[in-house]
Formats: sequence, C-alpha cells, structure tokens
Amino acid sequence: MSVALASADPAAADTVWPALKWAIARDVRLALRSRAELGVQLTFYVIVVSLFPLGIAPERALLATMGPGVLWVAALLASLLSLPRLFAGDHADGTLEQIALSPYPLVALVFGKIIAHWLTTGLPMVAFAPLLGLQYALDGESLAVLTTTLLLGTPILSLLGAIGAALTLGLRGGGSLLALLVLPLYVPVLIFGASAVEAARAGLGASANLSLLGAGLLLAIVGAPFAAAAAVRIALD
Amino acid sequence: MLALPRPSARRAGRKPAILMLEAQTLAARRGFTSLFTGLAFRVGPGEALIVTGANGTGKTTLLRVLAGLCAPTAGQILWNGTPAAPFDRALRAVLAFVGHLPALKDELTAEENLASLVALEGDAVDHSAIVDALDNVALTRQRALPARVLSQGQRRRIGLARLSLSARPLWILDEPLTALDDAGATLLTRIVGGHLVKGGLLVAATHAPLGLPETQLRALALA
Repeated sequence: MSVALASADPAAADTVWPALKWAIARDVRLALRSRAELGVQLTFYVIVVSLFPLGIAPERALLATMGPGVLWVAALLASLLSLPRLFAGDHADGTLEQIALSPYPLVALVFGKIIAHWLTTGLPMVAFAPLLGLQYALDGESLAVLTTTLLLGTPILSLLGAIGAALTLGLRGGGSLLALLVLPLYVPVLIFGASAVEAARAGLGASANLSLLGAGLLLAIVGAPFAAAAAVRIALD
Repeated sequence: MLALPRPSARRAGRKPAILMLEAQTLAARRGFTSLFTGLAFRVGPGEALIVTGANGTGKTTLLRVLAGLCAPTAGQILWNGTPAAPFDRALRAVLAFVGHLPALKDELTAEENLASLVALEGDAVDHSAIVDALDNVALTRQRALPARVLSQGQRRRIGLARLSLSARPLWILDEPLTALDDAGATLLTRIVGGHLVKGGLLVAATHAPLGLPETQLRALALA
C-alpha cells in the first residue's frame, strides 16, 4: 500500500487495492470471454500496418522512415476502436450504477477498468510491434526504441481515451464524437512516440522523447482517472 | 484481499445507531417538467416506504435521488441526520440499490455475476453462501449458465439472491416485481420481510402490493 495514499485518507486507503483488483479481474475476464472483439481490434491494427508496405514503393529507406509513424497511427486508431467498449457496456446494463454506488472509491474502480483496457488492447499491440516493424526494414535498435515508446505511450492512450469514453456515454453517435474529442489529445503522444525512433537513428538518442513520454504517462495516471470518474458520475445523472 | 468492514461492524463502532433516512422539501424535474416538489418523509428501522404513482410521475427519479445517483433540484436528503450529497460515502456504505437494469454481464455465469456484485459491495465472497442463495431463488440448475441464456425473470432472481446476501441496512428497489412470477413474488416478500424484521429500511416503487404487513408500511403516492 502506498504511503501517500495511506496518509491522505486512512479510511479510503485500504479500499483502493480491493477496488483495483475487482475492476481489473472482472474486466480482463469479460474481455477474455468475448475474444472475438479483442481479435477484431488487434487484426485491424495488424492489417492497417501491413497495408502501407503493399501500397507504396518497397524502398528500404522510405519504409524505414515511415514505419514508426505508421505503427503509431495504427495504434491510435485501434485504441480508438476499442474505447467505446470501456464504459458503454456497463452503462447499458446498469453495472455502472452499481459501480458508482459501491462503497469503493469510484476513482480506483475506474482506474482498474482503464488498466484492464490497456492489458487487453494496448499490451497486445506492444507485443506485436517488433514483428510488424520488420516489414518496414527497421533494424534491431529502432525496433527496441519503437517498442519502448509504445509501451510508454499506449497506456496514455487508454487513460486519455477513458475521459472521452466517459464523457460521450449515452450520447447518440457517441463514437464519432469520441474520435473528435480524443484524437487531438493523442497528438503529443504521437509526436513524441514516432519521433523517438527518428532521433535514435540520427544518433541523437531517444532518451529525451522517452522521458517526455514517461512524464506524460505519470501526468495521465495522476489526472485521467479522476476526470474519467467525474465524467461517469455526470453520465449517470 | 482486504475487505471493507461490514456496515453492521462499522455502525457498532459509533455510539448512536438509529438509522433514519429523511427527505426534506425534495423536488426534482426531468427536462423542463417538474415531477414533484416539497416531498418530505422519514423512513426508520423496520419501515418500508412504498412509492406509488402513474407512469411518468417520478417514481424512478425519486429513487435515484434517494440513492444519490442524481441531485434533487431543491431540498435535501439526510442519512442519520447528516445531509447526504449525491454519491455520499456514508450513504454508499449502507445502500443496496436495485434499479430497472439488472447489472448482469451476459458473458458471466449466474454464479460469477452474483459473486461479482457481492464483491463490489465490499463484502467477502463466500462461495457456499452464493450457491445457497442461488438455490433459494430456484436457480440451482442455471448456476453455471451464462446470464445471456437466462430469462428476464431468472435475471431478476439473481437480483433477489444478491439482496438475500446483502447486509446493507437501506434497500432501494425500483419495480422489484417486474418479470417475476408468483413464486418469485413470494420469494421477494420473504426476503424483504426478513430485511424489515432485522430492522432494515426499504424504499420501493411498485404498482402491485408487495404483501408486507400493513404496520410496517408508509405509503407515498406521487401524482
């Protein structure tokens, strides 16, 4: 148990871990029960990444320049595809009411759901990245940097996306509105993520980009669950 | 796993333990229509407030306001004499809310759904208690079936099983008889009656009588 949480609110601290555990275990189990949906999202990612080498001239230099950007854009779009699932199902069947009325802190439950979302959508994309990068003639170092940026960046996508997903709950045409809300927020992640490989290839080192992504991740972890939890409460009103 | 203290244990830690849900000059609106204004009532231990009224008179809204899911446009709710804002922590620790929606996941079995709901209330999940609770609502054979294949009435019975396991003192039920057959209604009466005998509080919106003893009932008709 973290000291900061314990000193901030002794009554709530011992409820944070059970809440996280409940949300992660449940959402991961639900995702594994409906594997088809997970498969669609991952297949989308793989196909989008694979279309580019087929559609443009197979020049090694060109592909190696484009590769990181293409993988990142595909990851953004695939993440966007899976975001509506984060809260919409629970909203439609009434589980979200029970979650909001549970004695556990809503922020912890929402954070747990976000972690589960990343484990089931972000992590598989990170795992596939080295394999997909090979299609773009990326060397070993570039692949390592690219995978690291995705490892740091995809959780940010889930965290920021959760705010948008919660804000668009119950709206008609929420999916397209979600894209408009969330994609601009993804831009910094895309820039720092995709240009890290460029920097590494130019001999500048990727550490600056990775540090910025890491800082962004910490900032998102601190802020996004609170914003998403507030949006969930508004959606129930 | 660390479990929340049960509500009863939590209450025992404090001195005065008189449970009281009170509404003062409560008003709510839906869109531009005012649903009710100036509602005032008290519900104490062992009492049931039965909310009746035609469709669209605000029964569900009143229950959602009492549960803390949405804010009233005027007035306030007091739990044990303390004003409770929406999503009030003290109220969430004592409340079991069963709304229109069953809060079941199609992918999970009846047993998993029930265990998940019990765990979300912060109570320790006792596997044999869950099996017994499902037996009591006649879902023995459906225990391992995914909720997707259960009928509406069977889904409602999972909600009954959850209530029968709940140690929460305040129950708020929205149309609890919906989709239940006669045997299900009898079960509901028994579970709710047991809750009241233990000194629990109940607020329920319903069209049909729940079959509870008249002495415990407070009626509230919305118009």
